[in-house]
Amino acid sequence: MENTKHSEQELKAIALNAREHIVRMSTAGGCFTGASLSAVDLIVYLYSEFLNITPSNLKDPNRDYLFLSKGHDVPALYGTFAELGLLEKERLQNHLSLNDHIYWHPNTHIPGVEFHSGSLGHLPSVAIGVAMDIKISGGENKVICIMGDGELNEGSCWEAVLVANAYKLDNLIFVIDRNHFQANMRTEDLIPLEPLTQKFESFGAAVQRINGHSYTELHQAFTAYPFQKGKLNVVIADTVRGKGLPSIEERADRWFCNFSADEVDQLLLELHGEHTTSLTSETLIVR
Amino acid sequence: MSYEELLTETALANERVIVMTAENRALVRNLPAVLGKRFIDTGITEQTMIGAAAGLALRNRIPVIHALAAFLTMRAFEFVRTDLGIANLPGKLSGFIPGFLSDANGPTHQAIEDISIMRGIPNVTVFAPADEDDLVKMLPQIWQSPNPAYTRINTRKTGYEHEPFELGKAEVVATGSDVTILTYGLMFEQALIAVEILKNEGLSVGLVNMRSLKPVDEAIILQTAASSNLIVTLEDHFLTGGLYTIVAEVLLQYQTTAKVMPIALNERWFRPALLPDVLQNEGFTGKQIAERILGYQTGHTQPSILTPEFSE
Repeated sequence: MENTKHSEQELKAIALNAREHIVRMSTAGGCFTGASLSAVDLIVYLYSEFLNITPSNLKDPNRDYLFLSKGHDVPALYGTFAELGLLEKERLQNHLSLNDHIYWHPNTHIPGVEFHSGSLGHLPSVAIGVAMDIKISGGENKVICIMGDGELNEGSCWEAVLVANAYKLDNLIFVIDRNHFQANMRTEDLIPLEPLTQKFESFGAAVQRINGHSYTELHQAFTAYPFQKGKLNVVIADTVRGKGLPSIEERADRWFCNFSADEVDQLLLELHGEHTTSLTSETLIVR
Repeated sequence: MSYEELLTETALANERVIVMTAENRALVRNLPAVLGKRFIDTGITEQTMIGAAAGLALRNRIPVIHALAAFLTMRAFEFVRTDLGIANLPGKLSGFIPGFLSDANGPTHQAIEDISIMRGIPNVTVFAPADEDDLVKMLPQIWQSPNPAYTRINTRKTGYEHEPFELGKAEVVATGSDVTILTYGLMFEQALIAVEILKNEGLSVGLVNMRSLKPVDEAIILQTAASSNLIVTLEDHFLTGGLYTIVAEVLLQYQTTAKVMPIALNERWFRPALLPDVLQNEGFTGKQIAERILGYQTGHTQPSILTPEFSE
């Protein structure tokens, strides 16, 4: 990787810490562990390297924007925020507490969250509005919207691609966390998405398909922004649900996890490759 | 002044205004040429239009958003609720051909639950002007307010000259001790006719143009309940959730009661036809309304009702 602010080792260290935060939030009520772990590397890369978003410029109209439309990835977002100084680490201990606003979906009580999400298929259009205004106002800001692959079932995502194409929003990047699972099963077993690259291309977007856990590939893709003048940018990041925890990786039943305190301790060791956890906690399907 | 003239003047005076439409251009035909990039037509995508309006509002814009009332409030309902409502962003919804104004389109286009569902969203305000004069008197305040707003667009001309508008206030057209008609929107036109007939039959008749359905003028409702023997709620809306429900809520909240006759559509869509025929068939002409209140037929004649031009 060339011309990066952080070395690959540094990015991996931030991501490892963010993953630890996710595991610690996966108890006493739990969170969307499997879904969040697939997005960690993406989110860490974007905030650390690509986006002009810092604790001091959150109200600056010239900042970049990141919209997390796949709202249940919020532990990955907050874990990253905590590592990058956007959110006090202690606040993560308030997960699900009435004394704070750290719950299962993002909300603007948390500095750095641009818009609330949770209902899938909303933020592509909100991001379009922001990108349109930047075009009208003549700004240089970049606008990112992260969507899940399951989220692409929502028709509003595709409406948004049509409109972004019509308005030539080349300042907008749709990033797909392509972990190949939707809530309960593999996407291709329920609502097949492939060939996904061609779908977006046929709608007029310029598409890069990469390994969403490789910082080298992330960096190559995003440094090519804008991919093509006048075209919506789409990054399809192939990822692994549960990435970093082999005992839950690619498991349909580990979308949402509520581990026992003992399992959390074991999983933290597992994150460091020192252990394999044998899980006994019940699996939870909340959708 | 027409709706389009007012919108053009407002947008030219205020750079924050963005005019949006989901390909419903009947009221904004000349705006693309005037506003350039500040005119955004998202095509037939009500959901994306509302989401994008939220994004524009995040950047300090005031989007004035156009679509047929039925699709604006129902196709995009969750976007209005989630993107504009939760965030309390000043998206200004202009719903075209609401209520009976969808005349011959059929039930797909009938927005007769729009008041009910829009007022159910926290932060969202709801307005229904009686005619074009009322519309242009109301909109400047609606557009300046910091909240999301839904307006039932009504560009018909009644010849009535309305008072200046105050947000949350109704307009008292006449007061009477026997019966008072509370109404909004298109039905104001027929209420004026009904009032004349009722007066000719010797009744003391009041008429209130509600204008602002949320926030609603509670004081006027309570005053009417105290001063008039009968309240008639008249609306081209389902019986559930509109003005009749609002009046019931207010009376209950203040632990009072009144004799109320609702005139609304009870659990049914209306039979599609041109507007004059719709009103006649549904029993919503001024003469029919007056006779329903009186309980007998009169020799009065119903003035002719103008058919609106087709516009989508």
